[in-house]
Amino acid sequence: MSFPWAEQYTPKNPVMVWIDEKLPLPRLAYNAVGAGYPVPRNLNYFWNFGVLAGLALMIQIVTGVIMAMHYGANDLVAFSTVEQTMRDVNAGWLMRYAHANGASFFFIVVYLHIFRGLYFGSYKAPREMVWLLGLVIFLLMMATAFMGYVLPWGQMSYWGAKVITGLFGAIPVVGEPIQTWLLGGFAPGNASLNRFFSLHFLLPFVIAGVIILHIWALHIPGSSNPTGVEVKGPQDTVPFHPYYTAKDGFGAGVFLIAFCALLFFAPNFLGHPDNYIEANPLSTPAHIVPEWYFWPFYAILRAFTVDFFFVPAKLLGVLAMFASILLLFFLPWLDTSPVRSGKYRPTFNKFFWILVIDVLILGWLGGAPAEEPFVMMSQVAAAYYFAHFLIILPLISRFEKPLPLPGSITEAVLAKYGKTDGATVAVPAE
Amino acid sequence: MAIVEHTDSTGISGDDGVRRRDFINIAAVSFAGVGAVAVVLPLIDQMNPSADVLALASTEVDLSAIQPGQAIKTTFRSQPLFVRQLTEKEIAEADKVDASTLRDPQTLEERTVDGKKQWLVTMGVCTHLGCVPLGAGEGENKGEYGGYFCPCHGSSYDTAARIRKGPAPKNLEVPKFSFTSDTAILVG
Amino acid sequence: MVRIGAFLVGLFFAGWLFISFLIGAVAYVSEPPVPTVEKAFHELPKHVAYSFDGPLGHYDKQQLQRGFQVFKEVCSACHSLKFVAFRDLEALGYNEAEVKAIAKQWAIKTPSVDPATGEASTREPVPSDYFPKPFANNVAAAAANNNAIPPDLSLMTKARHHGSAYVYSLLTGYQAQPAELLKKFPDAKTPEGLHYNPYFANLNLAMAPPLSADGQVTYGPGQPKPTVDQMAQDVAAFLTWTAEPKLENRHRAGLATLIFLLIATGLAYMSYQNIWADKKKAA
Repeated sequence: MSFPWAEQYTPKNPVMVWIDEKLPLPRLAYNAVGAGYPVPRNLNYFWNFGVLAGLALMIQIVTGVIMAMHYGANDLVAFSTVEQTMRDVNAGWLMRYAHANGASFFFIVVYLHIFRGLYFGSYKAPREMVWLLGLVIFLLMMATAFMGYVLPWGQMSYWGAKVITGLFGAIPVVGEPIQTWLLGGFAPGNASLNRFFSLHFLLPFVIAGVIILHIWALHIPGSSNPTGVEVKGPQDTVPFHPYYTAKDGFGAGVFLIAFCALLFFAPNFLGHPDNYIEANPLSTPAHIVPEWYFWPFYAILRAFTVDFFFVPAKLLGVLAMFASILLLFFLPWLDTSPVRSGKYRPTFNKFFWILVIDVLILGWLGGAPAEEPFVMMSQVAAAYYFAHFLIILPLISRFEKPLPLPGSITEAVLAKYGKTDGATVAVPAE
Repeated sequence: MAIVEHTDSTGISGDDGVRRRDFINIAAVSFAGVGAVAVVLPLIDQMNPSADVLALASTEVDLSAIQPGQAIKTTFRSQPLFVRQLTEKEIAEADKVDASTLRDPQTLEERTVDGKKQWLVTMGVCTHLGCVPLGAGEGENKGEYGGYFCPCHGSSYDTAARIRKGPAPKNLEVPKFSFTSDTAILVG
Repeated sequence: MVRIGAFLVGLFFAGWLFISFLIGAVAYVSEPPVPTVEKAFHELPKHVAYSFDGPLGHYDKQQLQRGFQVFKEVCSACHSLKFVAFRDLEALGYNEAEVKAIAKQWAIKTPSVDPATGEASTREPVPSDYFPKPFANNVAAAAANNNAIPPDLSLMTKARHHGSAYVYSLLTGYQAQPAELLKKFPDAKTPEGLHYNPYFANLNLAMAPPLSADGQVTYGPGQPKPTVDQMAQDVAAFLTWTAEPKLENRHRAGLATLIFLLIATGLAYMSYQNIWADKKKAA
């Protein structure tokens, strides 16, 4: 894998030599995240988020396994076992709040990771497979998060389950049978709760499996970098360990500070109060909203208000919502520009920032009530979202004239610090 | 947090900064280690009994309905608890035995409260492997020593619930209890 | 192929959204949305300063005890508190014997089974019991309360936006319907049996003003005067505690964790810097 100048694993300790002969697991780790993996020397802080996403998944799995020890997956007791955990289990409140806020932080980190990929063109050849596997992880995360939100069996859990499974009900002819099949009944109930719990427990381990593939696919071409210029020789790289382990250690510290600040001092800030009311099939909350990380997609879903001839608006919204994610799978072939990094693409750069603002606006609108003028605004914002990826991006990559690229990564690093002699550069490559 | 190795492969030596730098790396790794240990503590503690379980750690038993020779089965910490009022005959039988010859030497006095010798309060958990012995219910097999008999592996207990025969190593456990009135006890 | 397909799909979605926007905009201009009475007259909760506000906040046990007294004497006749047990009251500063006495003297008894007959019966609550519910089930609760079921109060302050302030505002917010409201929305007159309160989501609620007069509850010596305002503040504080009993543990643990993390992250940064500095020297 990767570069010929990568350091070789040479165990000195006889025990490690023995293990390496029988099962080269230490060698695998050494080549994956140790000194045996050469990484471009110019990565900026945006490259921290991959490792941080892994950390977030670990937090979720550990706290989740613990929550499962105290949880009763039955519609009669689910709400009270969660409350019991918060009140009576030793450190139960900590586990529960860490799990609930951990989900939000997982999404924050993954969204920043996707942002990095979009801006610096990490999805382009030869890393298409890394991008595709990443999207699979994202879809699995969304499914896991949705099912996890149902488990406390509060009002938002219940009505969220009803609305989201209702999306499938929009499919002509087979929609309603599918919805009934998904729920195991005509409305969310004990059967739905049990299957969601089972799958919510399973999927994180599937995610962990796909992450291994994601990292494997990454190690074939090696990591991308902010210039988008490929590695040309040993002078362009540093070993992952200790250089990037040290940097990731610092990144993890900053991440944990932000996470703990929310977890300990505003644990319900990102949640909805209605989920502290036990599920009641006879009363709908005034304003049903999913968790914040689904808001942009929820806004797209609700933006369709007019039937297209024989296609009902409801079905259009569902199709558009799924399309808004699925179109990302085609991104490597929609953006044909040979230049990867947005830094050297002046036109792309402008539209990219419009997209970022557009998605933020969609997020805000997804959380707003479904009334005017929010619906009109989400129609404009959603239209730009589709136009950006499906129309504007292919056109830009055809007609844009990119800025001159640096000759190599090392050249870019030296130019940044105004030095020509590597021996005198004493600043980290930021 | 990632582990930062303090030895650097590029190798620098004889530099004045080396010691200080090594110190910082070691300190950073140590802090990560301390943090990891601190995180593990609540993860372990959460498996201890929760507050609602501990709240049920004491049980009050009303004795007024128990006649001499009768026993009741109730629960203490989710396990069976036997409360028996011994007859004069049963007390005499228990006192007759020389405690020092027993597998787990204890007299009836030692197993009951002063002046209330007739109230025998024991866990209904065989000290062999934890089955519930027979003998507390009306008409159940009390075994050859007239106390309790465990059907799992044949342990026989006498009228003071002391082990007399069979594989059990100890007498039936007497939990901590006290009389709250003449006809009520608080166990635990 | 991919790009042609994408172009067509993009054109369809973007185009149809734009047409939908135009249709919506025309409707918005020609028939502007009618303001609702809730929008116009609903008010956000009033601000109250509490000892548990902020990252270092902690509960005022005296206030919680007063609030508990209000709950006991006023709210508990109709509202359950099903996630709180009598034993939890020790956190309010009561000792074991006092908790036992409170449980024993509680007006509502715990459902039980008659040991002699096996028939449903009741017994005096003990500290390990949860607060007994005033009504056996929702049907009984609705029947006794003009068809409105009094909600459980254990989590009330977490189940509403700005919970503590909301409870306080609701309890002190009862008033006559403003004349201006009736002038603007003649159909919105408070129905018979409901009570106007601008802090309630749809402005009219079934609960009659529970705190109606100063001195309704008699506080012990050395405590503030039991005005309606004071009682509302105290019971809101009590309900904040019932919803988040571990708040103080959380704040303490959070402070220690953050201090530790700040130092650890500082060290991690220095370590990161010096590892990279060495690399640069060797380059």
